[in-house]
Amino acid sequence: MNYKDSSIGGFLKKYAILLVLIALIIFFCVRAPGFTTLGNLFNIARQVSTMGIAAVGCMFVLLIGGIDLSIGSLVAFINIVCAVFLARLKLNIPTAVIICLLLAVGIGALIGVLVTKLHIPPFIATLAFMSILSGVALTICKGLPISGFPTAFKILGQGYVGIVPVPVIIMIVVFAIGAFILNKTIYGRYFYAIGGNEEAARLSGIKVQRIKIAIYALSSLFAAIAAILLLSRLNSGSPQTGDGFEFNVITACVVGGVSISGGSGRISGVIIGVLIMGVLSAGLIMINVNEFIQMIIKGIILCIAVGVDYAQKNSKKRKILTNQTA
Amino acid sequence: MSETILELKDVTKVYPGVVALNSVSIHVRRGEVHALVGENGAGKSTLIKTVSGAIEPTDGTIIVDGKEFRSMTPSLSKENGIGVIYQELNLVEELSVVDNIFLGEYILNGIVLDRGKMQKKARDLFEKLNIKIDPNALICDLSVGYKQMVVIAKAVSQNTKILIMDEPSAALTTSESEAMFQLIATLKKSGVTIVYISHRLEELFQIADRATVLRDGNYIDTVDIDKTNKAELVKLMIGRDLDETYPERSEPQTEEVILDIRHLCGNGLRDVSLQVKKGEVLGLGGLIGSGRTELAEILFGAAKKDSGQIIFKGQESHVKCPTDAIDQKIALIPEDRKLHGALLHLPIDENITMPILKRISRFSVINRGLEKQTVDKYISALRIKTPSVTQLVKNLSGGNQQKVVLAKWLSTDPDLIIFDEPTRGIDVGAKHEIYQIINDLVAEGKTLIMISSEMPELIGMADRIVVLSEGRVTGELKREEFDQEKILKFASTIDDSENNDVAENKERLQ
Repeated sequence: MNYKDSSIGGFLKKYAILLVLIALIIFFCVRAPGFTTLGNLFNIARQVSTMGIAAVGCMFVLLIGGIDLSIGSLVAFINIVCAVFLARLKLNIPTAVIICLLLAVGIGALIGVLVTKLHIPPFIATLAFMSILSGVALTICKGLPISGFPTAFKILGQGYVGIVPVPVIIMIVVFAIGAFILNKTIYGRYFYAIGGNEEAARLSGIKVQRIKIAIYALSSLFAAIAAILLLSRLNSGSPQTGDGFEFNVITACVVGGVSISGGSGRISGVIIGVLIMGVLSAGLIMINVNEFIQMIIKGIILCIAVGVDYAQKNSKKRKILTNQTA
Repeated sequence: MSETILELKDVTKVYPGVVALNSVSIHVRRGEVHALVGENGAGKSTLIKTVSGAIEPTDGTIIVDGKEFRSMTPSLSKENGIGVIYQELNLVEELSVVDNIFLGEYILNGIVLDRGKMQKKARDLFEKLNIKIDPNALICDLSVGYKQMVVIAKAVSQNTKILIMDEPSAALTTSESEAMFQLIATLKKSGVTIVYISHRLEELFQIADRATVLRDGNYIDTVDIDKTNKAELVKLMIGRDLDETYPERSEPQTEEVILDIRHLCGNGLRDVSLQVKKGEVLGLGGLIGSGRTELAEILFGAAKKDSGQIIFKGQESHVKCPTDAIDQKIALIPEDRKLHGALLHLPIDENITMPILKRISRFSVINRGLEKQTVDKYISALRIKTPSVTQLVKNLSGGNQQKVVLAKWLSTDPDLIIFDEPTRGIDVGAKHEIYQIINDLVAEGKTLIMISSEMPELIGMADRIVVLSEGRVTGELKREEFDQEKILKFASTIDDSENNDVAENKERLQ
């Protein structure tokens, strides 16, 4: 995937976020001794794994020019549903997990149908589901945490393969799948085509509506995987699990260079975006910046990232315009 | 006060590779209705854009009421009493007539809007112009004709001395046009100068005093309307030898009908029936909005038909979406290359293979080798000039972009290719190449439908021409009958059956 932006500006942008990541790591190394220990790095990787997994789905949605605000609530919903399956209904682990994933796919597809068939703007459709799913989660658990899972369930969120945490491995697999879909399959091409110019994509014979529905379903599927890993890690189902999750995921994508207006973005960028968010969270805690201040900092970062994206788009547009009319 | 209110002196506008205006000089007299005529691409729009300030001329002077300008800006043009009415009416549909007229120029009472005063001013204005519209009606409830009047009234309310109208009658029915002509007459009486652009030559004889003819960016002549006739105007507009610029092609051999359209309605079409023979180039003539593009959209599955039958290759075709059309080997090269044809943000190779990805992939994984072969084949066959296949399409010239779109559709191996304005916005050399490609395709046995607003192109390239007007077939010409005047006449055939709608509208509004 060497074409997304071959200009010098694109080159700089691509490496700019990498430089930001390196600068952050150096900063925290100096300010917080112990930041670069192997243990801490794996800890960060495990922390970001759920965000990374959901970010791939979120990136797909952004690529086609949509947005998914329901990710956080879906995490809360699946978290509670899976907890109920395991602790109350005593389903075995694979059954519970598979039903949860199918449920998520169904919800995502429903959002996709609302967006494509009923023409509800994605912002509104997913905002509605943000409220609906939270409400359902809270209703099921009556606002209380659920615990008491089989011990084997811990492996998903807390286990290791060698020295690598299981969630990190799952994240790497998801990133690999995402990269494969985007770079090797016809669907990746379709995503970029739809995001850049939906009507031209339709006139090229792409079944735009089907692709869009599938993408919202995928976004929910990846978020559900994250939800199950979170449940396993915390060993307790809580309706608060997904609070602010969609914010972190969307910010990671946008910081990683995925355009909020669709049609451009790369998996490598998203990986770096996720790492930047993870390093920031972990590092800020280590230098004693509390969570409230962190929220302020992350909000500012989101604005900067989107501002940079639009500034670049506009300067490009201006260039095209002047080329045409000069 | 001098007799000339608007003068253009040696105005030139050069775009890369194209001279849109070549040292054009025009005098518009105070209080006259001055028509501007010419074929598409003659430079009419460019000319008015220099006056309205939308573009800056490369050279020349614009003199408005004695004041000289090297170039205009939109605000400068407005300050000097120039108002422009474009084909797309710039109105806010959800707001009332009054709100639209005073949009941006609200009358205030302290910090709040003075609605009473605005309404009174609007009523006075309408009375003066003899317009019968309720100022409180919402724009979205008005017919196109009334919307047009609101736009004109708005321009007049801003002390416009020179009103430029770009094809104001294009979307109007006959009676709506008549009402507009009366309004123009009223305006003229009150001293407003009008510059009027239209393709409907008949109406010029009804409203204009003089007409200036442009052709290929050059000033040709200015004539008094009562001393000329339609034939003379057409001659001035065309004025060139047609046949030389088009490559030779042998006549189609077969009589086999590949596409049979029966009583097609919907998407603006009203009972269209026509046949296309295998291996011919059928030209579709007509004005913008006459139903040509709309027909193409239905054939390609980009729009739905309401009723009627399409028989393609002997079987009834049920194309519901572009994907079906591609499967049935129908291709559409759309009118708007940048919006519908090319995916500008993607590279050349991905554009070309977009419709055939399924054919060159296995389990959805793209076979890059096969893809490269396909892309290379069309890049060399169509002589697309690019340093690399990964070049983004937006960085290519218009002609090369069009070739990429062509390559994209040829890769689907279509039997029927619909070209909607195949050479719009590309330079002469590339045009010629496209014509040659069209001939090569015919030689390969492909069938073509070519929509073109450029009369010479239609006559030069088609084997047969069907002319549409207002969603109906109004004429058909064989090669030996080709004649610009005949086509123009068919294209401006107007159907009066809609007058009732207008009358109803009037009643509702009063």
